[in-house]
Amino acid sequence: MAQSEPRTLFAKIWDAHLVSPETAETPAVLYVDLHLVHEVTSPQAFTHLREAGLRVRRPERALATMDHSTPTTPRKAGMPLLIEDRECAAQLSALEANCAEFGIELHGLESDRQGIVHVIGPELGLTLPGSTVVCGDSHTSTHGAFGAFAFGIGTSEVAHVLATQCLLQRRPRTLQVRVDGRLRPGVSAKDLILAVIARIGIAGGTGHVIEYTGSALRALSMEERMTVCNMSIEAGARAGMIAPDDTTFQYLAERPRAPKGAAWDRSLLAWRALRTDAGAGYDRTVEIDGSALEPRITFGTNPSMSAPIRGEVPDPGSVTDAADRAALDRALRYMGLRPGQPLLGHPVDVVFIGSCTNSRIEDLRAAASVLRGRKVASGVRTLVVPGSRQVKRAAEAEGLDLIFREAGAEWREPGCSMCIAMNGDQLRPGQSAVSTSNRNFEGRQGAGGRTFLASPLTAAASALAGAIADPREILR
Amino acid sequence: MIRTPFRRLDSRTAVLARPDIDTDQIIPARFLKGTTRTGLGKHLFAGWRYDESGRPRADFPLSRPESRGAQVLVAGPNFGCGSSREHAPWALLDYGFRAVISSSIADIFRANALKNGLLPVLVDPSTHEVLLGSPGTRVRIDLEACTLSFDDARVSFEVDPFARRCLLDGVDELGFLLAQESAIAAYEAKEHA
Repeated sequence: MAQSEPRTLFAKIWDAHLVSPETAETPAVLYVDLHLVHEVTSPQAFTHLREAGLRVRRPERALATMDHSTPTTPRKAGMPLLIEDRECAAQLSALEANCAEFGIELHGLESDRQGIVHVIGPELGLTLPGSTVVCGDSHTSTHGAFGAFAFGIGTSEVAHVLATQCLLQRRPRTLQVRVDGRLRPGVSAKDLILAVIARIGIAGGTGHVIEYTGSALRALSMEERMTVCNMSIEAGARAGMIAPDDTTFQYLAERPRAPKGAAWDRSLLAWRALRTDAGAGYDRTVEIDGSALEPRITFGTNPSMSAPIRGEVPDPGSVTDAADRAALDRALRYMGLRPGQPLLGHPVDVVFIGSCTNSRIEDLRAAASVLRGRKVASGVRTLVVPGSRQVKRAAEAEGLDLIFREAGAEWREPGCSMCIAMNGDQLRPGQSAVSTSNRNFEGRQGAGGRTFLASPLTAAASALAGAIADPREILR
Repeated sequence: MIRTPFRRLDSRTAVLARPDIDTDQIIPARFLKGTTRTGLGKHLFAGWRYDESGRPRADFPLSRPESRGAQVLVAGPNFGCGSSREHAPWALLDYGFRAVISSSIADIFRANALKNGLLPVLVDPSTHEVLLGSPGTRVRIDLEACTLSFDDARVSFEVDPFARRCLLDGVDELGFLLAQESAIAAYEAKEHA
């Protein structure tokens, strides 16, 4: 092993998980440390195992929860959640039966650890620096915030991991996204990642793992880093990661499943070496000035179509490439926007604060800082959906739920909610929503719904105004 | 999943020229509530294919006469971006497609497609442009030779050699992984001692 050669953070994790290296004929066999499982992308994988007579090789390396198809309707303590959709109920029952049969730990609707899969992994201290994390969900990139190699897989691969704890993978290329400078007040991690995606493009990260570096990234909290890594997939990247540092270690210390005692000390020693060596090269590098960033909002139908919030809707007429012009024109027609119109003041019907991108306690505090003592505009439906039972409990202990309720927002049960719109929470055709989620694809939040992606600050400010609003005007 | 070998395909094309067709368009999330892989073809491109009352739109490209029976979909660049849902290739296969041609295809979708016998064919931009502009073109795909032929043109395409072997032999990739048992056990003994 040529350990003395300078290596990137990604290369160190990749090398350490090779069961067998790739050759021209075969991909690498890569070991998976943590496999997160949810109800939507796992049933067919368990069926595959059952039909092939296979067992789960390492059930203790898997953790399951329910999030995508669960209703978030408020319920009283101790009352069971009523699942009206029979298909969703059957899918949730299937996960319970599969986890029981194959011996996998499940945090179902009655567990006080239930929540969005990408919220509970870090919360429990299961997502560790230097580890490999997979899940049948593209936003698994979230866990890269801890310096893990974390990526989304399909259901066939879920079966592969269940049966062998391994995956067949070709080594991706590396892309460094370096963001230096200090973010200005009112500018958040969400604005930063929307700017990154706008810069490199919706497919700009395809075939790559992004490593985020630079002083702006170093200054972010773990929850903010998760927001950044979460949306790596929206630029097509396989994964996003940030080298662990004291911020990471402080977050992990005392988490229930993180190493303890001597094991913690040993881990810490190993984790401190998890950084890209001087002289190690990336396949590509993109640099962004963090101090020049503004709050951003999307105007189109994919996450790369965003602009500074005080900007205007772009004019397809100024786009030279015919296919790009047609795509922008189509997006604006779907969104009900006119070229050149200001984004500020565009009316909204719904505000959604939640999702694996922005449903953690700091996100809820940010939204509450804007909504405190104010009222959402009449006619605007505002949903606040905590990412997990633990986030919900923490928010209630701080009184955030009261701030939201008094402002006229709904305080709901944890889950993916209106980000995926397969659980009863959805837009009606033609409705416009400012959402803190990650995808503004056509119909993503409900058939015919129009999504404007933004930060929790911007979403909360827009709820008050009943229209797209700049949070800096309220925070000032 | 065990399936029939993929060697050659001779079919007319259907064309969806839009760039960045995400998996939410291929199969919207409201159709992901099932527990099987079957029956998704009727929901393929549901948001574009049907009107508000659920009637098929005559002007949707796949509904046009020249697209009928097409087993090859030619799509705009960055096809299959977004969600990792394997329901996307399941829906395309259930509808009747066996191959997708584009100038670029998103990573997770491509991996999912290969595991289900839906062949992703990456072509150069000029070939792509010709095919995007001529729906109903008869194409011949030869996976053994890795060539795509239509009219007087014949271009090569690349597929990962391992995935190609699995497709040609009609075997599942899981079999290869299961055969690595001793290497996996050795890795675990070393790393988690």
